[in-house]
Amino acid sequence: MTLTDDRLTREGLAADGTGRVLVLACGALAREILAFTRQLDHIDLHCLPAILHNHPERIEPAVREAVARAEGYERIFLAYADCGTGGGLERAARELGLEMLPGPHCYAFFEGTEGFLARAEDEFTAFYLTDFLARQFDAFVWKPLGLDRHPELRDSYFGHYAKLVYQAQTDDPDLTAIAEDCARRLGLAFERRFTGYGDLGDAMKRWIAASD
Amino acid sequence: MADDDDDIVLSELDDEELVLQMHDDLYDGLKEEIEEGTNILLARGWEPYRVLTEALVGGMTIVGKDFRDGILFVPEVLLAANAMKAGMAILKPLLAETGAPTIGKMVIGTVKGDIHDIGQNLVTMMMEGAGFEVLNIGINNPVESYFEALDDFKPDILGMSALLTTTMPYMKVVIDAMVEQGIRDDYIILVGGAPLNEEFGKAIGADGYCRDAAVAVEMAKEMMARKHNRAAAG
Repeated sequence: MTLTDDRLTREGLAADGTGRVLVLACGALAREILAFTRQLDHIDLHCLPAILHNHPERIEPAVREAVARAEGYERIFLAYADCGTGGGLERAARELGLEMLPGPHCYAFFEGTEGFLARAEDEFTAFYLTDFLARQFDAFVWKPLGLDRHPELRDSYFGHYAKLVYQAQTDDPDLTAIAEDCARRLGLAFERRFTGYGDLGDAMKRWIAASD
Repeated sequence: MADDDDDIVLSELDDEELVLQMHDDLYDGLKEEIEEGTNILLARGWEPYRVLTEALVGGMTIVGKDFRDGILFVPEVLLAANAMKAGMAILKPLLAETGAPTIGKMVIGTVKGDIHDIGQNLVTMMMEGAGFEVLNIGINNPVESYFEALDDFKPDILGMSALLTTTMPYMKVVIDAMVEQGIRDDYIILVGGAPLNEEFGKAIGADGYCRDAAVAVEMAKEMMARKHNRAAAG
């Protein structure tokens, strides 16, 4: 299956079923996780549609269903943070015996959850984009908020925000230009912050080591 | 708007048709039509309070119901709210002059660290439409701002709003501070916001969790009626 951002947003990514360890992840993290696991045949990646984030109440049931269907794996890791589930995913992970990612959402773990939360009080007027969200800005932000049809609503949504922080997982000038354009469209100042994979990278290394 | 044969001329509709048309126009977020309809009803001698309740609140109630049922989404609700706001702007000074009934008073604000106010602005408008006097203290409110507003405005109800799972615990900080000051039971406390639920509302010691603006209005009315009954019995 070709890995396109549109497909990761709408459909996710099916596991190829050849591994003995499964990483169950948000589609928004597929490329970052594959950067660690692409050469590792014993680890499968199954991504749920990233757009579930626009309806956080649907994430926990989708995760439970995916885990119930994931037969034959020795171990499953859950590459989600809380993601707006209000502790629901953490409860599910505990019940299902799965290790998950730390913190409230990907903006936090890419920057490093501890530091992100420490800065949160000074940065609550920041709107964040990751690499994936910069590429899928229209699907996650512009269209669901109706700004394609009613641009006059922009300030109702973003009037209190001051800046757009682009958390760059990779060095990609084209993507930086896209993110900067997103900031312009929202009427916000732009800041690029290179984060790399942050806590996700640490978790992936730990999970890979635990899978050997 | 005369170049299409199907266009409706609001001034040619009778009262009943006009109110129904205004419900449709609110649903479609047509601000100018709502302003026009409001002015027409006033010119026909309608009391401002009647225009508010029958034409505007009546229409917005349909919008709220369809939002709850997943037929309408946030952008459409925002457009409808903006249209209603335009009608309210015409009515508000007249309501003040004509001494429209007041059911109760409310202070509402988004908690510290949170800048999302779409929900609370909607609640403010619907509460005003239902006859409450509302002081909306905006976004990013620390305990001190809530206390100052309670002291100055002397409301019956305190409403708190949060959109983020990281900021919603601050509601408990405010309630705990009220308990500490011995003023908790002086107010009805209602909370709302996308990540909240009834369980959370109970856990932090609020009187009610409101899943949307319509529920907030109904709950506020019900709790005010109970408060009055208690006072009468008491």
